[in-house]
Amino acid sequence: MKKNQSQEEFIKGIWRDNPVFVQVLGMCPMLAVTNSAINAVAMGMATFFVLVGSSFLVSTFRNVIPKQVRISCFIIIIATFVTIADYTLLALVPGVHKELGAFIPLIVANCLILGRQEAFASRYPTKLAVMDAMGMASGFLLALLSLGAVREILGDGALFGVNLFGENFEPWVIMILPPGGFLTLGVILLFFNWFKYKKDEFLEDVAAAERSES
Amino acid sequence: MKKRDPDLLLLHAPLLRQGMTTPNAMRDVLYALAPATVASLWFFGLSAILVLGTCIAGAVLAEWLFADRETRGVSLLDASGILTGLLLGLTLPPGLPLWMAFLGGFVGIALGKVIWGGLGHNLFNPALLGRAFLLATFPIAMTTWVPATGDGGFFSIYSGNLALPFMQVQIDGMTAATPLGMLKFEQEVTPLANLMFGKTSGSLGETSGLLLLLGGVYLWLRRDLDWRIPVSILLTVVVFSACLGLFDAARFPTPLFSVFSGGLLLGAIYMATDPVTSPVTPRGAWIFGIGVGVLVMLIRVFGGLPEGVMYAILLMNAATPLINRYTQPTVFGRGAESK
Repeated sequence: MKKNQSQEEFIKGIWRDNPVFVQVLGMCPMLAVTNSAINAVAMGMATFFVLVGSSFLVSTFRNVIPKQVRISCFIIIIATFVTIADYTLLALVPGVHKELGAFIPLIVANCLILGRQEAFASRYPTKLAVMDAMGMASGFLLALLSLGAVREILGDGALFGVNLFGENFEPWVIMILPPGGFLTLGVILLFFNWFKYKKDEFLEDVAAAERSES
Repeated sequence: MKKRDPDLLLLHAPLLRQGMTTPNAMRDVLYALAPATVASLWFFGLSAILVLGTCIAGAVLAEWLFADRETRGVSLLDASGILTGLLLGLTLPPGLPLWMAFLGGFVGIALGKVIWGGLGHNLFNPALLGRAFLLATFPIAMTTWVPATGDGGFFSIYSGNLALPFMQVQIDGMTAATPLGMLKFEQEVTPLANLMFGKTSGSLGETSGLLLLLGGVYLWLRRDLDWRIPVSILLTVVVFSACLGLFDAARFPTPLFSVFSGGLLLGAIYMATDPVTSPVTPRGAWIFGIGVGVLVMLIRVFGGLPEGVMYAILLMNAATPLINRYTQPTVFGRGAESK
């Protein structure tokens, strides 16, 4: 039972409650840094680290943090991890750090992270909170990666910097520019909603069939 | 046919039938564009057919693909998809790779019309939206103009047309600047007669000013367009460039050059007058037209681009709901109370 629940918390973040495609959270990094797959992965990893770390701390100290000032406490915890992530990226991959620029400090303001602290980590035991954070962060990472991959393939003819189509590829300039982010995200959201619509329709049909049988 | 003679004929309203239906209006625009389309075949040969055809194919495919299962194919009957494809094709350079033309038609309908809820719900002109997408996506291919093939070269196809999907155009050195480009970057004025009869380079449909005007007159006689919009756009452009001419006649284009060069006639007559994306009130139509005219001249003279008709119309499309709201006529008998 216990094990199933933590599994459940992990899976839901990746698909059913995907932070980007279902909850539509964290749009700022989603649109801003996904012009190449490598940037998307770097941002996703940084967010993963911050979200899991702060969920762990918040959940551990959830009975100590006073209710009245909980938001500021969460922010301080998150900011600590963001600072760690910021300097780690600067030390390990300075090029990527430079391209991400202001968007790394802005992870503090990512509503996905604060939202998980408020809605989940501050109410559930540490193990579940960490599982939930890992699921949500993985979902976020996958979403960033899918957007970044589409934009880099169409906009540059490459994936992770590896040229896919040879010399004569005609780049779709718009995909690297901000409108490309909106277009790609919109199309992916369209497919998610269409899929959900079809699934609901199917479930309704099944329910109707069961009712007529009984 | 079997003659029927009922004693009592029961009909429901509307009893008065009008010829003005959506399919009829669309077909009229197609007829009005026919001379300019034929002219584009004359000037640019087989390439024109290929580019126009792939644009229409892309537009129709998008319309068919994104329709409901029940109504699939119904929305094709009013010919609006074909019209969008044709209008888009007429604004494209003749040497554009065909896969880009196809993509433009597809995106124009998908993002310009279907996603808003279909015909009558879109905020922006679908053909211009497709062109804006292409211009932002493939800036080089979209601004590479080829000279008209002239006489005898009907069956020669521009090599750019045949680029493989997702592949670049092989530049073959046969490029020519449009009259507006020549004016902006080389200070060279094209003779007016060339502009009127189409002996210039440019997009497929914009080169022959007189034929476009001819189609406009046909549409006006058929009451398919609001004459206020093209008239106010053209008047604004004429006045604006005449004023500029007072300052420095050598530097700025003459009024007639402004009217007949670039896509102004095509845009003013066929695109700005799209009944879905232009204001419905007469006063609003004047405001809309003046806005388009001013923006066109601002972009052409002071902006970085040689041509600005597309962005001018798209910007004013965005302002259309606002214009409609502020130009509501007062309801009869209510005027004194409400204000």
